[in-house]
Amino acid sequence: MATKDDSKQARMLAHEGRDYPLNTLHEMHDMMLFIRRFEEKAGQLYGLKKIGGFCHLCNGQEAVCVGMQHASRPTDYVLTSYRDHGHVLARGSDPVAVMAELLGRSGGLVKGKGGSMHMFDIERNFLGGNGIVGEQVPIGLGVGFSSWYREDGRVTLCIMGDGGINQGGVYESFNMAALWKLPIVFVIENNQYAMGTSLDRASAETHLFKRGISFKIPGMQIDGMDVLAVEKHMSEAIEHARSGQGPILVEAITYRYRGHSMSDPATYRTREEVDEWRTGRDPIARLENLMIENGLATEDEFKQKDREIKKRINAIAKEAEAQPEPDPAELWTDVYASPINDAYPYPGRVD
Amino acid sequence: MNKITYREALNQAMCEEMERDANVFLMGEEVAEYNGAYKVSQGMLDRFGPKRVIDTPITELGFAGLGVGAAMTGLRPIIEFMTWNFAILAMDQIVNAAAKMLYMSGGMYKVPMVFRGPGGAAARVAAQHSQSLENWMANVPGLKVVMPSCAADAKGLLKSAIRDDDPVVFIENEILYGEVGDVPAGEYTIPLGKADIKRSGTDITLVAHSRMTGFALQAAEELAKQGISAEVLDPRTIRPLDERTILQSVAKTNHCVIIEEGWRFAGIGAEISARIMEKGFDDLDAPVLRVTGKDVPMAYAANLERMTLPSVAEIVEAARACLGRA
Ligand SMILES: Cc1ncc(C[n+]2csc(CCOP(=O)(O)OP(=O)(O)O)c2C)c(N)n1
Ligand SMILES: [Mg+2]
Repeated sequence: MATKDDSKQARMLAHEGRDYPLNTLHEMHDMMLFIRRFEEKAGQLYGLKKIGGFCHLCNGQEAVCVGMQHASRPTDYVLTSYRDHGHVLARGSDPVAVMAELLGRSGGLVKGKGGSMHMFDIERNFLGGNGIVGEQVPIGLGVGFSSWYREDGRVTLCIMGDGGINQGGVYESFNMAALWKLPIVFVIENNQYAMGTSLDRASAETHLFKRGISFKIPGMQIDGMDVLAVEKHMSEAIEHARSGQGPILVEAITYRYRGHSMSDPATYRTREEVDEWRTGRDPIARLENLMIENGLATEDEFKQKDREIKKRINAIAKEAEAQPEPDPAELWTDVYASPINDAYPYPGRVD
Repeated sequence: MNKITYREALNQAMCEEMERDANVFLMGEEVAEYNGAYKVSQGMLDRFGPKRVIDTPITELGFAGLGVGAAMTGLRPIIEFMTWNFAILAMDQIVNAAAKMLYMSGGMYKVPMVFRGPGGAAARVAAQHSQSLENWMANVPGLKVVMPSCAADAKGLLKSAIRDDDPVVFIENEILYGEVGDVPAGEYTIPLGKADIKRSGTDITLVAHSRMTGFALQAAEELAKQGISAEVLDPRTIRPLDERTILQSVAKTNHCVIIEEGWRFAGIGAEISARIMEKGFDDLDAPVLRVTGKDVPMAYAANLERMTLPSVAEIVEAARACLGRA
């Protein structure tokens, strides 16, 4: 039998100079697994034509979503691209509402008006969900500007892809963020591909963390397949931004297991390449192995958890599917915050 | 009443609103230390300091997006484009972000901001610096589009635009900046979405916005000499359009000519004339006619520039044609 002291020791993991309480490790693990299973379910529902349109899954990239959220505060702001399910779930949004949004239901996170690409959650300071590649970066600049203007001590996490980094607006934003020392962490999720275009076919400088150099923005490259590395380095980056030193750029090296969107068979890469990442570097397996090796959990425990998560996800999907479609009256709401009705009968309503 | 320029009226509107609400700030190229490329923000840096009157690099897409993000998080940005020609670089943030954010977010994120600056033709600056984009902007649900034709409207409408909870595209006119007008002495606002009858008449309605309102007024003067009583109606807000006032005027005059500086194809005149046809057809005694800018890029040469823009003579001619007196 372990002494009281032993059990206390066993409840912490010392890793790369940081101590992680067991419950934190479990939280990270469970959220990554939850996102994985959630995305698998979304893929299934897409196959059944219950989810439509563009649907971009983040399988393989869960450590970036989860590590980043563990490093941030609830008051910090988050913006990302259309590949947003993992980020919004990691942020703590209601998974039923996220699933209902994918299904185009009335209880969707944004009332069925956004779908897969446009998740927003104002209570969690999650500002999308943006479908135009790179568009969230100038917007994120403005969110960071708000914090600077109000001196509210918040940090903006502005996430883009290895494709998005090539948009002009990104550099306009880097320049102004650095010029005015705005509290922004720019995060590049480098999953090696922008649709079918590999990094080296699109970027002259493939070390993307260097893309801020001409704006004097410090950059770091981190292992985006290791949730603890993401948590650690994102904590440092967020601290840098919060302390008034200005923006910082983090390139997280990661990989998407699935095609770009549901319609992409991903013929531009080899099965061996995908397997190498999936089996060799999977972020969930990696954390599980680390915890097992350190005697903090057992394989059975994880198997049991997986069963529970799958069950929960099935229940979530069922609950979301049971919701009605949005009320037709919703068509006309939220176009304007202050509509000028008297002057403007909408087209079709000829009086 | 005070006599001030259109430029001063805009300046007063911004200053009053910035005094009133600490969340309002002005940002754009040369707005601060240079006091504005067209001096609209004269003295504002001194008055409000560098945190609220901010010079940007030449980076329209970036600072338009900055405005959107700032508005989503509770500020009320006034984003100045040195001219609307340059806002074309920022179109994604205006159309895809600002206009759609409230809807896409299921009503969560409103975008209370103003994009403003001069539009339309200036003088002798050729094709890239002389054009009207209001029909692009007015096509987009989610945006409000405002275009004042005189100092009093400029002040009252800009104050309303700054207080409005939606993104407002506020298109001024460079040639009007120096025009003096009577402006009420005390605090006032003019509601968005309300047209104004600038001159009343009984025979024909001339609908014109921005600089063309002045042209229409001159044409009405000329028509009066010819025994024709023209009503001049300025929509002031292009979107939402005050179609009620337009329809009421046409119901009275039974004739309408729409004047706009911009190109004819799918222009503001096309929209207004379609609405009159849809909802006021029985009131018309003749087809609605349009006087528009010619369908060519703006040339530099003085004569070609003059030919490209609508003229008072063309408006008079169109009004006579509409009335069957050509
Ligand atoms: C401005 C713009 N151009 C093109 C597209 C089409 N498109 C959608 S995603 C994508 C690839 C983006 O790749 P990346 O930034 O690496 O993000 P990832 O999909 O890998 O997460 C493209 C070209 C778009 N949505 N927006
Ligand atoms: Mg990518």
